[in-house]
Amino acid sequence: MTQHPRTLYQKIWDAHVVDRRDDGTCLIYIDRHLVHEVTSPQAFEALRAAGRPVRRPDLTLAVPDHNLPTTARRDAAGNRVPIADRESAQQLAALEVNAPEFGIRYIGDADVEQGIVHVVGPEQGFSLPGATIVCGDSHTACHGGVGALAFGIGTSEVEHVLATQTLLLKQSKTLEIRVEGTLGAGVTPKDVILHIIGVIGTAGGTGYVIEYRGNVFAEMSVEGRLTVCNMSIEGGARAGLVAPDETTFAYLKGRPYAPVSADWDKAVAWWKSLASDEGAVFDKSVFIRAEDIQPTVTWGTSPEDTAAIGGVVPAPEDFADASKRDAVKVSLDYMGLTPGTRLTDVEVQNVFIGSCTNSRIEDIRAAAAVLKGRHKADNVKWAIIVPGSGLVKQQAEAEGLDKIITDAGIEWREPGCSACLAMNPDKVPPGERCASTSNRNFTGRQGPGARTHLMSPAMAAAAAVTGHLTDVRDLPVLAEAAN
Amino acid sequence: MQAIDHVAGKAIPFGRKNVDTDVIIPAHWLKTITREGLGQGAFEALKAEPGNVFTDPRWAGAPILIAGDNFGCGSSREHAAWALLDMGITCVIAPSFSDIFSGNAFKNGILTVALPQDAIDRLMEVAQHHPIDVDLDTQTVTTPFQDRFTFELDAFRKHCLLNGLDEVGLTMAQGDAIAAHEARSREALPFLARTPASVA
Ligand code: SF4
Repeated sequence: MTQHPRTLYQKIWDAHVVDRRDDGTCLIYIDRHLVHEVTSPQAFEALRAAGRPVRRPDLTLAVPDHNLPTTARRDAAGNRVPIADRESAQQLAALEVNAPEFGIRYIGDADVEQGIVHVVGPEQGFSLPGATIVCGDSHTACHGGVGALAFGIGTSEVEHVLATQTLLLKQSKTLEIRVEGTLGAGVTPKDVILHIIGVIGTAGGTGYVIEYRGNVFAEMSVEGRLTVCNMSIEGGARAGLVAPDETTFAYLKGRPYAPVSADWDKAVAWWKSLASDEGAVFDKSVFIRAEDIQPTVTWGTSPEDTAAIGGVVPAPEDFADASKRDAVKVSLDYMGLTPGTRLTDVEVQNVFIGSCTNSRIEDIRAAAAVLKGRHKADNVKWAIIVPGSGLVKQQAEAEGLDKIITDAGIEWREPGCSACLAMNPDKVPPGERCASTSNRNFTGRQGPGARTHLMSPAMAAAAAVTGHLTDVRDLPVLAEAAN
Repeated sequence: MQAIDHVAGKAIPFGRKNVDTDVIIPAHWLKTITREGLGQGAFEALKAEPGNVFTDPRWAGAPILIAGDNFGCGSSREHAAWALLDMGITCVIAPSFSDIFSGNAFKNGILTVALPQDAIDRLMEVAQHHPIDVDLDTQTVTTPFQDRFTFELDAFRKHCLLNGLDEVGLTMAQGDAIAAHEARSREALPFLARTPASVA
């Protein structure tokens, strides 16, 4: 049968259609389901009430992350350190009971594999190219970095997937974002995605699945692709994908959940066939020159409020759209910023390096490279680096990065979502500013009244060192670090 | 799920654009393990602002919310839908919605109605003093005046909303088709069809 040229998204979609309705809605099979403590209790509750089992517990993996404090979880005697927040403790306890009750593997709070769901999935090889992956968390798009069709779902859908291993979906339109050229020094995958969101806006991808194409993504590490895909939702898209290639295969091979022997060979052959065909048509295309991307930070309360670090805080009048002008006024007021201020003059009191966007080993290395031989500024009151998983932590410690971090006066924590959202004890105090590697700068996201500036791990480390937003290119790697 | 065919009554003239789910229900309310009681936390930050529409007695108990473009953007938290439901809102009218929010709203029996901005402007005006009527069957929004706006509604969603049908139950009835897909997948894509946790 000759086929029309198809996109990567179309190929994955086609391989997962269980049933197609007249109105175009499809019942789509879900290959992998990640479950965490926040969006699952009501789903398990509903299953229990209806007497329904989990259809494929073997395709499901449960990990606590959002509520866990990032301080020690066991005392010297090996006993669990109680969690002060009663509601956090209750959610965590619910998952710990629900997972085994329904036959699902549960990675415990003190297991070395524990971490943020979106770090754990790829790291365990649970997330695979061409797979459909869901999780009750909007940053599930992250797994698109290994070439999976991954998206966030709500609790009713979590219940639906647990019970049926399927979801009812309408096909999305496709958006090609092509970045070509050479990224400048100091420009990281985080800068690439912040720049993209600045260009397309937070609603630019609404209704679309993004495929990130071009040499910049082809040359990017899997960690970098995960960072980029992670923030697809910030551009309004439900999912973002990078076609799997040799880099992906090398990353996955040998991971605990990755296929082995004959299955592996079969998998690689299929994965290679997934790339968008020559001549495949996208509903929309955006082209960006890599040379136009600078180290980027956000100044407002929407991820589209981005600027190159060399720039200034914009004025509401700089925007053509009237409602955006109003929004900018409100957000500058919230952020305590005056138009025209040079971004590098904005002081920060807090630094957070972590979250599912930037807590993988490469991110920790990038931060450590800036911190080596330096110390955090005195006006920075609170600076923490939170690895994305116990395995990232182990790896970083094996490389001695924890030492560099603590020598720089920065705390080195246990894995979890931490200050990405104000759900566990890690919060930014009201009115204070935070240089953060997370993905959302919404009002109150890092704590009531907290002022968030999004940026890359290297840029956040640079801010920690100088005490203000800083162009990392002004802080060369110190000679001693090069050895 | 409650069947709905009609939502009529006061409508909160909110109108703001790009309202994200953090605004609808702040993260510190997400720690519940049940669905009830979230109405209290809904629009918490806005309720603290003087002159806001949420604590104004004129719109107390309103079943309809009128909002601006891109309502419900941000996180996938279904708590946003539960919070609205707990406030008594069963219909949101806006020029556009985030995909995830409208899906969550539907699954909880909240009708999302997308209308062009000029219709929204008119409804905002009417809602200051008069009720609004949303009819699912005819897919129209009407006012006590001559206004009549029709909206699009997915046929399947309409069927489920009108009959109060639970999606999980509907899909479980397709168990054979799902099993057939699993069998095909075990052959063609065995590496996706199983994990080390699968029994052979
Ligand atoms: S790190 Fe932040 S964005 Fe990622 S899963 Fe946790 S809370 Fe969500």
